[in-house]
Amino acid sequence: MQLHEKILQGNVRAASRLIRNIEDGFPGAKATIAKIYPYTGKAHVIGITGSPGAGKSTLTDGIIAAFRKKGKTVGVLAVDPSSPFTGGAILGDRVRMQRHAEDPGVFIRSLATRGALGGLSRAVGDSIHVLDSMGKDIIIVETVGTGQQEVEIMNYADTVILVLVPGMGDAVQTLKAGIMEIADIFVINKAQRDGADMLDSEINILLDMALQDPNGWRPPVKRVGSKDEEQHFIKGIEEIVSQIIEHREYYSGNHEALNKRHRRKALFEIQAALQGAVLQPFMAQLAADNTLEDMIEQVMSRKSDPHSTAEEAARKYLGS
Amino acid sequence: MTIRKIRVLVAKPGLDGHDRGAKVIAQAFRDAGFEVIYTGLRQTPESIVATAEQEDVDCIAMSMLSGSHLTLMPKVTRLLKEKEMEDILVIGGGVIPSEDIPLLKEAGIAEIFTPGTPTSLCVEYVKNNVTEKA
Repeated sequence: MQLHEKILQGNVRAASRLIRNIEDGFPGAKATIAKIYPYTGKAHVIGITGSPGAGKSTLTDGIIAAFRKKGKTVGVLAVDPSSPFTGGAILGDRVRMQRHAEDPGVFIRSLATRGALGGLSRAVGDSIHVLDSMGKDIIIVETVGTGQQEVEIMNYADTVILVLVPGMGDAVQTLKAGIMEIADIFVINKAQRDGADMLDSEINILLDMALQDPNGWRPPVKRVGSKDEEQHFIKGIEEIVSQIIEHREYYSGNHEALNKRHRRKALFEIQAALQGAVLQPFMAQLAADNTLEDMIEQVMSRKSDPHSTAEEAARKYLGS
Repeated sequence: MTIRKIRVLVAKPGLDGHDRGAKVIAQAFRDAGFEVIYTGLRQTPESIVATAEQEDVDCIAMSMLSGSHLTLMPKVTRLLKEKEMEDILVIGGGVIPSEDIPLLKEAGIAEIFTPGTPTSLCVEYVKNNVTEKA
């Protein structure tokens, strides 16, 4: 049986191997993705993002449990950073989710960023397709701990959850462009701490001020308390899950908005694929015939500037 | 020719709560450029093997200080065999009496690193002994 057939039957090892092949840029991986792609588009993709230590993995663990209780199968892609120096990584998001390790309805895969900047791994788009084609109902993508700018998750997720904690900054932080704009659901985690009320009202003021389509989705703000108070924690998680479902229903009842979101997703994936198809081989060729070395020399010695030397090389490569 | 990034699962089976050794070796593997999946304390052999399967690792490194290595480490290799995953390199470390080492090797644990082993030795061992996945 071929790899893609095994994946379509839900085989875990085949799926994890294909994800590995995508990460490693292994020959044949793209062709396998092409074979499974027609079977994708069924899963609901949830993105969970927020600053380091905000509690993304713990919330992910709770959300997995809540969806399992509803009889849904769950795939998780947990992204952690690679070292910019050695390329190594410690992928530790699983620590909080290990109680699901032996559940055949849950597939958790850790991904390292491998130099990608948007808070994800370059393999994330294709890895979502792998989990989707395996038949997972829900796919959760947990980003690295993000700052203000890592918004790439919006291009992959059907529902983006932004996890905030009280006491991380004043009102101006909430006004900033970027990560605050991409949330479909706000979660105030560790809400037992001082400042939760303040943060809650700041987010709501921000939402009131934003130019909104009156029929549009207004992101709800949900609070989750400490995991030590288990009943509270579980209740908070259940509220998040019902908001996820509501958000999904909003989109399935709003064809135009859904279409817009899907278009954005498709365009982004095409752009990312073009980068891989054009830029990477181009760079490899420039490196192979030493052109790149000459270019670096030209730019360093100020004989040329980065734009001119890049344009010249691009013209040559593209043959125009 | 693509070069695979080496992926290692650092796991702590059994009930002891001492993870300093596991964290030191995880750090050394990271600094060697490996991707290290760390699962935390008190893992069962079943959860270790399930994790290895989901994460497609080349190597499982187990750290044990509880004394139950003769039970738990061979159980991991047995489960791997059942799932036809014997191509994964299995190594162990921790407080392990020298007379137990031959028994563990017989059970399929490729190498045992006891206290005082330089981490560079473990790194080299993994580099030289993982099977390249086709």
